[in-house]
Amino acid sequence: MAADPTPWGLAASAVLIAVAIGLSAAQRLGLGRSILWAASRALVQLAAIGVVLAFLLDESTPIAWSWAWVAVMVVFAAWTTARRARTVPGVFALSLTAYAASCVVTLLVLFGFGVFELTPRTLVPLSGMVVGNSLAATVLVGNRLVAGLEDRRDEVEARLALGLDSRAAAAPVVTESIRTALIPQVETTKAVGIVFLPGAMVGLILGGAEPATAVKVQLAVMYLILGSVATTTAVVALGVRRRAFSADHRLILGS
Amino acid sequence: MWAVDPLIELDEVRVSRDGHRVLDGFDMVVPDSGTTVLTGASGSGKSTVLRLCNRLLVPDSGVVRFRGRDVSGIDPCELRRRLGMVFQHPVPFPGTVAENLAVAGESDRASAAALLGRVGLDEGLLDRDARKLSGGEQQRMCLARTLATGPEALLVDEGTSALDEDATRVLEELVVDQARSGRPVLWVTHDLAQAERIASRRICMPDPPHRGDGEE
Repeated sequence: MAADPTPWGLAASAVLIAVAIGLSAAQRLGLGRSILWAASRALVQLAAIGVVLAFLLDESTPIAWSWAWVAVMVVFAAWTTARRARTVPGVFALSLTAYAASCVVTLLVLFGFGVFELTPRTLVPLSGMVVGNSLAATVLVGNRLVAGLEDRRDEVEARLALGLDSRAAAAPVVTESIRTALIPQVETTKAVGIVFLPGAMVGLILGGAEPATAVKVQLAVMYLILGSVATTTAVVALGVRRRAFSADHRLILGS
Repeated sequence: MWAVDPLIELDEVRVSRDGHRVLDGFDMVVPDSGTTVLTGASGSGKSTVLRLCNRLLVPDSGVVRFRGRDVSGIDPCELRRRLGMVFQHPVPFPGTVAENLAVAGESDRASAAALLGRVGLDEGLLDRDARKLSGGEQQRMCLARTLATGPEALLVDEGTSALDEDATRVLEELVVDQARSGRPVLWVTHDLAQAERIASRRICMPDPPHRGDGEE
């Protein structure tokens, strides 16, 4: 039987917010207001998205609306990335390209190979997974690469001075930045099922799906996320590298 | 008039950085032999001049020529291999000495060992972590790495400022030997005593406004 919390049950779960606020007060963390604000925001945002999803997933709603929603998510993610990675040159356009590329690649595989049937019910949540899970890694790779090129400027210019082109001169910094951004997702993928049960799987089981079905969906989702994180980080890293150097192989970032 | 064709010429070069004029119509002629030392006060634009020579920097206006050719018409990677550069602070790359030399294209072990020999380093250092060498050894390894590209001339940017006196003398001797063996050197320093020791010709950077050929 599917889990469906009653309004009273949902309100009761808010007791846990009170616990968190109480702990914050006891430990003098000064986070009480932030916790309350975060919980309230989550309530409003999820309620709003619930209304949107109800519209998008309605059988009479054309799938074009779902595609429009995906486009909105991509633009919003790019805007959020731009706010969190202000030092990255051209960050909005770069991350917009990265999220769009990631969506194209991963959705093509999932729907092209028939892993899932293309419907609003699959398109909207899967696109959300692609974009949402790539956001942190995209911000991280951009910030790390810019900081790396600035901190290791001497090393990069020493490579340029040996006659290496900008691609080769920046390669160690680019590689390190991509690795740093990818490792958390790789570790998460390794630990899945042992250390934690991921959200999609928990959601399906609570929704009444068979565990075998939940596992299959979760596996596809994990691979989807890994692929999307790899795609966005690579696109952003290569974009930052292009913008950091002039066409005549000079490091122009920060100069 | 120079007895030989110039190695490098700067003609009416202007460079600004952060809104400040670093070079303002600067002219310079570096002969194609010996060790030319470029001296000047801190902030006078000496390092800027070197970076213009191998296109790590481009001027706002004016022309930089290498052996008569405008450097803007030379492939920058080729130019940098022909004009090797030694930086103020040694910049060892992560990895062993052999791996450092391989970055510059010298991956043959025997040739790499010979290269180390040319800068007075033992071939036993090939497998050592380059970042664990002493400062003087690191700078000599960097010189070997630069020589691995087979440059026609060397640019040295305050190459001994991070070294002690003994290591400084060793590096000076090594670089001057390169000049004597037909690989001209343009060496930037603020140390007038050093200029006295190594220079076959000297050029002084003028105080701002940087203008005119300051050849001595």
